[in-house]
Order: sequence, then C-alpha cells, then structure tokens
Amino acid sequence: MADVRKARTGENTGHTVILTVWQRVVTFESGTLAGVTDGMPLIAKVATSVSKTAAALSRAAGRGDGSVIGGWIGLKIDPDLLAHLAAGRAVALVSGTNGKTTTTRLTAAAVGVLGRVATNSFGANMPTGHTSALAKEGHTPFAVLEVDEHYLAQVIDQTRPRVVALLNLSRDQLDRAKEVAMMAQLWKTALAGHPEIRVVANSDDPMVVWAAAGSPEVTWFSAGQRWLDDSFVCPESGHPIERAQGDWWCTGCPLRRPRPQWVVEDEGVIDPRGDWHLVKLQLPGRVNIGNAATALAVAAEFGVRPIEALPRLSRVASIAGRYAQVDRDGRNIRLLLAKNPASWLEAFDMADQAPTLLSINARDPDGLDTSWLYDVDFSPLRDRPVLITGDRAYDLAVRLQVNQVQFRHVQTFDEALRSVPPGRLEVIANYTAFQDIRAELDRVN
Amino acid sequence: MSTEALRIVWIYPDLLSTYGDRGNMLILARRAAERGIPAETYEVRSDQSMPHTADIYLIGGGEDGPQALAAQRLIADGGLHQAVAQGAAVLSICAGYQLLGHSFFAKGAKCAGLGLLDITSDRGETRAVGELRGEIDPRLGLPALTGFENHGGRTHLGAHAAPLARVTGGIGNDGQTEGAWAGKILGTYSHGPALARNPAIADLLLRWATGADRLAPLDDTWADRLRSERLAAATPA
Repeated sequence: MADVRKARTGENTGHTVILTVWQRVVTFESGTLAGVTDGMPLIAKVATSVSKTAAALSRAAGRGDGSVIGGWIGLKIDPDLLAHLAAGRAVALVSGTNGKTTTTRLTAAAVGVLGRVATNSFGANMPTGHTSALAKEGHTPFAVLEVDEHYLAQVIDQTRPRVVALLNLSRDQLDRAKEVAMMAQLWKTALAGHPEIRVVANSDDPMVVWAAAGSPEVTWFSAGQRWLDDSFVCPESGHPIERAQGDWWCTGCPLRRPRPQWVVEDEGVIDPRGDWHLVKLQLPGRVNIGNAATALAVAAEFGVRPIEALPRLSRVASIAGRYAQVDRDGRNIRLLLAKNPASWLEAFDMADQAPTLLSINARDPDGLDTSWLYDVDFSPLRDRPVLITGDRAYDLAVRLQVNQVQFRHVQTFDEALRSVPPGRLEVIANYTAFQDIRAELDRVN
Repeated sequence: MSTEALRIVWIYPDLLSTYGDRGNMLILARRAAERGIPAETYEVRSDQSMPHTADIYLIGGGEDGPQALAAQRLIADGGLHQAVAQGAAVLSICAGYQLLGHSFFAKGAKCAGLGLLDITSDRGETRAVGELRGEIDPRLGLPALTGFENHGGRTHLGAHAAPLARVTGGIGNDGQTEGAWAGKILGTYSHGPALARNPAIADLLLRWATGADRLAPLDDTWADRLRSERLAAATPA
C-alpha cells in the first residue's frame, strides 16, 4: 500500500528502468492472453500481458501483493488500459472514507452468486490497482472495485460502472486529503455527468446524501453514522443540521434524510420488500452488519437475492489482515485496522474487553499529523489493560493520559505478546502500523 | 485565586474544529483538575450567544467558509470582545488566530477580522505543512514551541502584537516569526491540540486565568518525551 500512496504523489521513479525490462518480457508472454484481451487494441494486449507478468514477478520476489506494480506498468504502456479491461464487464464501484475494503469484499462475495468477479481485494484502490485486478483475473462477467474517494470521477469515466456505492465521508488525513465538503462536491459533479449509473448510498450521512441526491436512480441504505462531527453544517445551505432518533434534516433548506430501502435492524437487514434477514458474519461489530447491508443492496442491483448472497457473506473471515485472528504463544491475536476517528470508534465497538495493543505511526500513508488522536474518545479502554507502541507512541501516551486511560509502552510486538496473559489480545493499529504488525505475523490475510 | 470554578469556553466547535481542536480544552481541564482547581468547560456553538464572563477562550482551526462565518458571527455577537476587555485569556489556533486580526483571506476574498490582535493575514505562495519549531518570546519564560502546521496563510504583525516565537523550523507567520501575543491573547499556527506538545503554554493560560504566580508541577514525563522527539524531528529553518 505504501506503493499505492507513492503512485499518487508520483514518487515511483525507480520503475522506469523496470518498464524497459518488461517491454522485453512481453515478447515471451504474448501467447498467454487468449480470452482476456480478445477485441482489444494491440497496445492494450501488450499492456495487459506486461501488467500480469510484473505482478506475478513482484509476488514471486516477495516485494508485495503485486496489486500495484502490474497496473502501474500496464498504464504506462496503454493509458486507456483500464477502460479496455473494464469494457464488457458489469462493474460496481465502492467508495467512501471507511469500510470500503470490507464492503468491496462482501459485495464481490455476493455478486459471485452470478458468476466470476474480478476485484481489488488487497485494498489497492487507485487506477493502478484496478488495472492490476482486472488484468489478473482475465475475462469475468463482473467486477467489484474499491475506489479511493479522490479517484471516483476518473474511475467512473474509465470503467462505466452499472452501480456506484457511496458509504460515508469523514475527516481522514487532512494534511493531504481534500476537505470533506470538497470531496462531497467532487462526487456530486462526477455523478451529474452519468445519470445512467444506479447509485447505492448511505441515507444516514448528510454529505453522501447531498452528493447522491441529484442522481435519477438512487437506492438508499441505512447503516448508521457513528461519527457526526463532519456533518453538522449543511453542504447545500450552510445551516446547522439537526438530528433526532436516527433522523436528520437541514434547518435552512429541504435537504433531509431520505427514506432508506435497506435498513440494519438488530443482527440483520430489512430489504426493500420489508423482509428481515439474519446476517451471520465472522467479521465483528455492528458496523460490519452495515457493510453487509450495503453489499446486499449493491448485489441486488445485479439481480442477486439476499437469501442467495448471505451464505457467501458468512464465509468471509478476514480482509487483507483486517479482523484476522492468529494464535501465537497461547495468545489469540485479533487485528483491527483503524485509520481515522470514525474507524477508531468502530474498532472500540468491535473489540472484546481484553488486553489491547494500540499502535500508531504517522508515515506518508497514515498522514503526518497525529492531531486526530484528540477527536477520538479513548475512555472505552479504561476497563482493560492497554499497551501502546509504534512510531508515534508518545503522542498516544499523552492523549491517553488526558483521557485517564492507564497504559504501558512496549518497544516491540514480541514485548507486547509477552506482557499479556494467554488469551485474547486485541490489536488496533492505524495503516502502516497495522502493516508492520501483519508482517510480524507472516503477512496474515 | 478565585474560589469560583474556572470557566473555559471552546468557541464554535461546529465551525472551527478541523482536527483535534477539542484537545486543548481537554488538556486545560485536565491540568486544572490535577491541581485541584475546579474548572468547567463550555462548548458554545455558532447559533448561541457568546458568554463574556468566562476566564479562558479557545478558538481553533477550520476551513475557509466556516472561518469567514465564524468571524462574522463573533463580530456581530460582541461577547468575545467584551471578555477580552475584561481580561480573559485567549488561545487562538490557525484559522482562529487569523480571524482575531484586522483582516484575513478566505475563499479568495478579504474578510474583516475581530481586530483583537494587531495582525493581518493573506495567502502565501505555498502551503505550509509539517513540523513547526520556535523559540518563544523570552518575556513569556516558556520552553521551545513545537507543533504541526498546515495552512496556506501568511501573517504580518503590527506594532501592538509581538511574535509568539522566532521560527527555528517550519514556516509559522512567514518563515521568520511564528504566532503572536498581546496582553493575554495568544495566537499560533501550531494547529489542532497545540497544548499536547506545549503543556507550559497550557499552564501559562491557567496562571493568567487564576492569577497564580506559579502552579504545582505535574508529572510531564510523557509530554517531555513527546517534545524531545518532535523538536528533533523539525527541519531547521
């Protein structure tokens, strides 16, 4: 993922050399493309081949998931490669600040009822990752792609999706990311140019509703909104937004919560016909029932019924390490990823009352600024032993003190393991800290 | 010291709370509580009138639109002006710092500020993002300033405001000076929870508000470690 983020800022200078090597490799690979690239221009066939080979070699060399490098090289050869690869597939895009990797995986599982699905399941969510995912899977009737919120307009233009799912918008890495209202405006503009797209959107997030409401075909789902701080002011009128009992409305203009067709209730989901379905997941927390509801709503746009999809959702155990459980030295370690204030609140909701390791970094993919620590209320952790680690453990230490949460600082993951009794250890970490710990656990998926 | 509880107001969290600004209120309340100083915190939204009787006012960072709106409402309200005239202490951060001056730029237009600090702000050619470090005005008797800055503005000081610090890493007002102070008003580009890294500034505000010459020391082991780490991380100016 570090590679993904670098791709955005254009720092992949070393790859130019690799490119010339792959241009040679392609001559040996051109026999392997039957079916994938039929009907594509020659340059797209070449680009697809190079892309697949690079990804395979990247994996073989242990350099990563291969989910970025292949697409990066392929797009260098044919800038329209993503459009060529998407043509002829029924595509769904999933975007939002939080939950998009999990929702994409659940949606791909649900749509899989109908046939093979290409998907970027490693969270490589920019056009390089989409290109890699589609090239790797060969021809599939369906594709479900997670899209970084900044890239939604571009990926819509290139992949011509049938469905776009919009989950939520909240603050995330503001030293780099666009402000929340600006992001909602980008989405709104992107959708305005594509009235043919069926939009599946969260009725509980005013920013999402504002962005989606102009589309002629919207299916609303209600998956709850735990984080409210970025939608107190109406993006349309600038007036305050009032909330009561799950409803919300602008006090100065007609913007208000639309009536949702899909609703999370108890441990299940109510569908548009009014039928309630129990949602049994291996993934923890109410937030994942919301993600499952979204996946069911998207899959329904392709004709999948909840009753067909639900058994497939229950088989999803972890996603690129998220929610993964690893047994080591008598400890059952569970990994929870928390990237921004909203997802920290969700992680506390999911975590058991057990010893908990928090790890914070502030490298490029995380955002360099740790101020968000004060947007998170850590007091739910007062009732359990807390360990802290990571590049920015001191920032976390000061924050926890202010929050009156007792903690112990550990230098390494092994030290953390040794510090807790046998049993569950919950690990909550932000992006690169999560990847560091995942690496300690042999890159568990 | 007054026997009444210390009153701390966070100004317009609905408009000016981009990133962790709540931290300053939490830290002041915590540092007061640990010394047995009763303190009450109030979050005053932009549709409420601004009380003028509190002891410490906090105003944080925000996007252009909310910044301009906050300035208009505070000017119309007048409560903050009255509080300052009565000797209240103010900590202003980033957008909140700019709007205490005579004028600032938001969404490409020049906006009137509150005129409580003798400063004017305009747009810089580049955005200042990264670690910020400075030597604080020796008259305040505080250790080095450390913060994270993220702003597009540049601020110019008039004769009636002094720089809060001389920049030794990062940009601040203009690459030379950082922030401003006058009377009991502090302004800084250290955004968000600036007091987390600068507990001595929190204590300065508490001393101003209580009238105490000194406060009981607290165990700042973790804050000191954080400060050392971040001061070392700032690139020299």
